[in-house]
Amino acid sequence: MLSYLLNRLWQSLILLVLVSTIGFAVLNLAPGGPLSQFALTPGMTREALDRIAEQMGLNRPLPIQYLDWAWRLLQGDWGTSYRDQRPVLEIISGHLFATLLLMGSSTLISILVGTWIGIKGATKRYSLFDYTATIGAMVALSIPTFWFGLVAIYVFALKLKWLPAGSMYTIGDQSFSDYAIHLIMPSLVLALVNIAVWSRYMRTATLDVINQDFVRTARAKGLAPRRVLMKHVVGNALLPMITLAGLQLPTILGGALVTETVFTWPGMGRLFLDSLGYHDYPVVMGLLMFSAILVLAGSLIADLLVALVDPRIRLG
Amino acid sequence: MSDTKKPFMNTTRRQALGLLALGASGVVMTGLPGFSRAFAQGTKDAKGQLTVGFSQEPTVFNPHMPHIEVDEGIHFSIFDPLFYVDEKGAFVAALAAEVPTVENGGISADGLSWKVKLRNDVKWHDGTPFTAEDVKFTLELLVDPNFRSWRKTGHEFVRELTVVSPTEITWKMEKPFAPYPSILASTFITPKHALGSAADRNTAPYNNAPIGTGPFKWKERVAGDYILLEANKDYFGAGPHIETLIYKYVPDLNVLYTQFKTGDIDVVGLQWITPDHYDEAKALEGKVVTVVPGSTVESFTLNMERPQFKDPKVRKALYHAIDKQSIIDALYYGLPTPTESYVPQQSFYYNPDLPKHEYSMEKAKALLDDAGWMPGADGIRAKDGVKLAFTCSTTAGNHIREQVQQYMQQSFKDLGIEMTISNLPPAVMWGDYWMLSKFDSVIVGLDFLTGPDPDTSDFFRSTSSAAKGGAGQNTWQFANKEVDDLLAKGGSLFVPEERKAAYFKIQEIMRAELPFLPLFQYATVRGHKQGVENVVFNINTRIDTWNVGSWTVS
Repeated sequence: MLSYLLNRLWQSLILLVLVSTIGFAVLNLAPGGPLSQFALTPGMTREALDRIAEQMGLNRPLPIQYLDWAWRLLQGDWGTSYRDQRPVLEIISGHLFATLLLMGSSTLISILVGTWIGIKGATKRYSLFDYTATIGAMVALSIPTFWFGLVAIYVFALKLKWLPAGSMYTIGDQSFSDYAIHLIMPSLVLALVNIAVWSRYMRTATLDVINQDFVRTARAKGLAPRRVLMKHVVGNALLPMITLAGLQLPTILGGALVTETVFTWPGMGRLFLDSLGYHDYPVVMGLLMFSAILVLAGSLIADLLVALVDPRIRLG
Repeated sequence: MSDTKKPFMNTTRRQALGLLALGASGVVMTGLPGFSRAFAQGTKDAKGQLTVGFSQEPTVFNPHMPHIEVDEGIHFSIFDPLFYVDEKGAFVAALAAEVPTVENGGISADGLSWKVKLRNDVKWHDGTPFTAEDVKFTLELLVDPNFRSWRKTGHEFVRELTVVSPTEITWKMEKPFAPYPSILASTFITPKHALGSAADRNTAPYNNAPIGTGPFKWKERVAGDYILLEANKDYFGAGPHIETLIYKYVPDLNVLYTQFKTGDIDVVGLQWITPDHYDEAKALEGKVVTVVPGSTVESFTLNMERPQFKDPKVRKALYHAIDKQSIIDALYYGLPTPTESYVPQQSFYYNPDLPKHEYSMEKAKALLDDAGWMPGADGIRAKDGVKLAFTCSTTAGNHIREQVQQYMQQSFKDLGIEMTISNLPPAVMWGDYWMLSKFDSVIVGLDFLTGPDPDTSDFFRSTSSAAKGGAGQNTWQFANKEVDDLLAKGGSLFVPEERKAAYFKIQEIMRAELPFLPLFQYATVRGHKQGVENVVFNINTRIDTWNVGSWTVS
């Protein structure tokens, strides 16, 4: 077990180095740079831009810039943003809470509701419920989140005035209920698509298990149908879901760009897009490393969990 | 009131500019009692809360570091310049006790010696008194080689900065530089005691918790979300009249407009309401929605070093072939104003007598025939082996401009001119491709003037082309001896009327030479809820909140 872990860590490290070099190269080789946004400013000259680039160390050779960045990272210094000069780690953690809140609640909703729909659809195959769920999932998957979000705002904020049109909280209030009421629309809009995804996966997984021999055996020995379903069917059908959830961890923390934009939610997705737009390389690199670590950690945790739950799998 | 605190006059633009005149027999100010800042002292009626929405996020709070226009919205709330430019183009004293002029002895007759008297009743937000040392510190910081200074233009000519007393500072200019008052009008004074003590001013904590003298104090910022400012009760001016001022970042224009409708946003700031929403917006209940002109001029810009464009008749023919009015009406919802000049029409220096553009395919055709550009076998005109074919570029993803291009492409094709559309992503477009004149033609919106000053040396001087090794943004590679001379002359004249003559002439030459075909001056749709007063548009500044200290909300 320990050697397995060490082996995985070693592989992860190599992957991180690869991700960082490729990421750094792609970012810096892409045209434009942190200063290109100033090019059309009245009175701006090429001379001034060159001077600022020199002061920011942007005109050094790329490998030097990369090594400088990597060396600092190893010492725990993630760098400072080009935009507001704040430490990258501080910026990321500032956006992390917003994303955790939104993604956490919406993922919870979608897993619970999605799993339930999936199981019910599989056990009552070709029933009215199953057809409705299938069609509903197709529709939910086809609607662009952006459009759905705007329609929700139009109905619930503009016309009915039940819910706020956006933001994470009212400035100056920030009570629990204030957060909760702001959370309803974005988390449900976001959950809609994920419910569809989860219900489809769960339905398939349940159908896989439900026709297996051991289920028939369980029924044959006279177990109550409900007990068969919960203990034997669902228990086994959930195994692949653990892997799926592990792989979802980085998306949970990576944020939902579209939903965050429509509901002016200050999360990670928008941070990434804004940083990319302004060529704020230290922040983009920080986010890249952060999500790479999450992907690796997510899959490792999922593997360990599956091994723990499924006696057929032994690591080592 | 004491002498140093006498009310400022509400002068006309001409009078105010006249006061800067060197050796001019000055115009006497016969102003009305004036700008509210003068009646300052005493109780503040700051109350309520106001939310301004911006579609870009302000992130640079040290006004002397590289920033974009949205950042200036915050700067104007927190800081003051020595004097600023109002919406009529007149200089109005802020931290200075009076606007330095030749008349009052603030500027010497040769433009080389400056003496600025300062107010004695101003405090920084932390309670420290503001003095001439802060002005000295700011002007020195701007040219400090270790500081990532936003702009050195003008400041680099300042010599012998001397603090005479806490309320008086003097300096010499290395050479007369007429745009300097305009530059000072957008130079915010920063505190020596707070920023000066930092080891590295580029990364000082001050840059994320600024202290100023302005109408609002820094309170908190949630990155990616909002900035919260509170009223400065000790402000020396009349305002502020709002207790809590929030700048909210709303990254999408549709969402910004929706939140304006729901009332989450009180004032729609930078990037404003999109033109396609104008008809709906102006009918909204409880909202004030207006169209205001912008200082940006859209043009069809030509690379004058391309052989196709060296013939002035080709440039004239292209101009004749553009149906401006249809473009404005059909694609821009009729909002922008057609124009012949690069100077905004609201500017003191705008020349209204330039020849009017005429859309005429016949005249375009006649010009080309005359000049000997004859259609070849492929239907495309050519002369001396040069084909009348070129590419046209602009920012990819700007759908309206893409339609403008297609429309022009069709007109040009009818004349036997081949225009190929080749659009690039913004980072590529406005990088070396633009700066080093690697294009044939470009559709671009430019702010030619820096603030209220008419100097365009960076754009039009023959030595300002980066492609030819110069420093500047003369990407047309335009070279004209007369314009060079006029720019030099205008830059050293301090009498507005005399300067005006020079810049009128430059506009005439640019209109005749047509290195760029002027299309229109932008207009934007702005909105705020009813009850917010004093939201005044100012062509001389880049941002809506230039006078936020005098806004009121009921």
